[in-house]
Amino acid sequence: MLTYILFMLVVGSIYALLAQSLMLSWGLAGLVNLGLAGFFAVGAYASAMLTTWEQAPILVGVSVAVLAGGLAGLLVCFSTLRLRDDYLAIVTLGFAEIVRIVASNEVWLTGGTDGISGVPVMIARDTGVWFHLGTLLITVAAVILVYVLQRRLLASPWGRALRAVREDQTVASVAGKSIVRFKAQAFSLAAAIAGLAGALYGHYTSYVAPDQFQPLITIYIFLAVTAGGNARPAGAVLGAYLLVAFLEATRFLAEIAPGVTALQAAALREIAVGIGLVIVLTLRPDGLLPERSQKAPAS
Amino acid sequence: MDGASFHVEPGVVTGLIGPNGAGKTTMFNVISGLYRADSGSIRFMDHSIERLSPHKITRLGLVRTFQIARGFPKLSVFEHLMVYGAQQPGEGIGTALAGSASARQREAELAEKALSIAARLRLSHVIDNRVTALSGGQKKLLEIGRALMAEPRMILFDEPAAGVNPTLAEEIGDHLLALVSEGMTVLLIEHDMALIERICKRVIVMAQGRTLAEGSFDDVRENREVQDAYLGGRR
Repeated sequence: MLTYILFMLVVGSIYALLAQSLMLSWGLAGLVNLGLAGFFAVGAYASAMLTTWEQAPILVGVSVAVLAGGLAGLLVCFSTLRLRDDYLAIVTLGFAEIVRIVASNEVWLTGGTDGISGVPVMIARDTGVWFHLGTLLITVAAVILVYVLQRRLLASPWGRALRAVREDQTVASVAGKSIVRFKAQAFSLAAAIAGLAGALYGHYTSYVAPDQFQPLITIYIFLAVTAGGNARPAGAVLGAYLLVAFLEATRFLAEIAPGVTALQAAALREIAVGIGLVIVLTLRPDGLLPERSQKAPAS
Repeated sequence: MDGASFHVEPGVVTGLIGPNGAGKTTMFNVISGLYRADSGSIRFMDHSIERLSPHKITRLGLVRTFQIARGFPKLSVFEHLMVYGAQQPGEGIGTALAGSASARQREAELAEKALSIAARLRLSHVIDNRVTALSGGQKKLLEIGRALMAEPRMILFDEPAAGVNPTLAEEIGDHLLALVSEGMTVLLIEHDMALIERICKRVIVMAQGRTLAEGSFDDVRENREVQDAYLGGRR
């Protein structure tokens, strides 16, 4: 049971990193990024390949994963500069699917659908519960680090200008802000955070395969960020942990629901997630922790 | 737009008038870099600006306002003013992450300026409100205020007094005259002829995408072509 709870907390922390990535690109920059799972995959593969096949140290693998995520973000951002809203969403979703399908089919590059197994772990596996606890501490440290950085960004003039770009990019450009620069920086930094999440995930499960990067992950993170508050780092983190707790709680509830088959129980869980989101958004339309404005200093 | 050409004198209020659909707002969009002209040239303070993007034009000191008060719905009045502040090193992502004394100092300067502009436009009591909570008149005043935050040499005002009560329209006129007395140059689109007559030293008339006449308000009022353009052709 303890192992199970620790496992869920690690998964929650990985989700919290992904949620902060989405908060930056979607909540602050207004870029509907449905390619989150793609950047997550890029990070996971980059670090897994380097550390498993090239025996690079994990720290090197993780650093390269962050860079690879950021670079992929920059690439996607510059090829979609003129797109907004739904079009951007479609293209980024396409990007994530391309990553997954290339990973499935280019066996020489990624190992194909078999994936990469034997990815080095951060804490020795034979330490039992310490393996989970140690990994949890590392992932939580990553969540806190990213959280602190995001708080700084949000409170800075950079964050203020980025929110202005999100609200109305024509007015923001007349206000003297380079739209391209702000969007590109936010998007690639967000992708780098997703890359970090991917690398940590691979070094925990010790296995990286295309199946782990289904679009459903992106949708779950959108739910988490929407419920928590999409323009507050704390909202994103809270939403991610709540989502994992909720998903697991409904697993047990579906099991004890009388007279339903396993298949129906799975469907019940999805329904419960939907109802949960509707309830949160009815009570708190801007999420649990809504966006805050910078107060004017007392004159 | 074709055959539109004019010169704006520094240090005065120049009016840009013409019937609806004459191309006045389009002219502003081209000057401010939102639309790109197929041909022709625009010069501002010895710079050719017809190929520059909007943010570069603003940084040269040429700022425009919007006819329908546009803004950032989820930002407060204070944040609107601050966003228009120029030369803030804290807008670089590296400086934002690392923090710097110069960014903090600039932030304090801009905040002080924002508070004084808010006081001047009587927006102090709503400074922490979101713009969606402002009245129509307050939105118009904020439109002026944020242009001022950019420390411009010249402002293009697109109907700053449209849809406001006569008292406020007069007050807005006073604000524009005050800006000019401080050394700024103003180009003003407005349909309120009383306001144009009161504050504009020179008036440019546009119709059907081209400039029709230029001169003092009295000169253009007497101009036959101008009368035709407004009344829809010779009777």
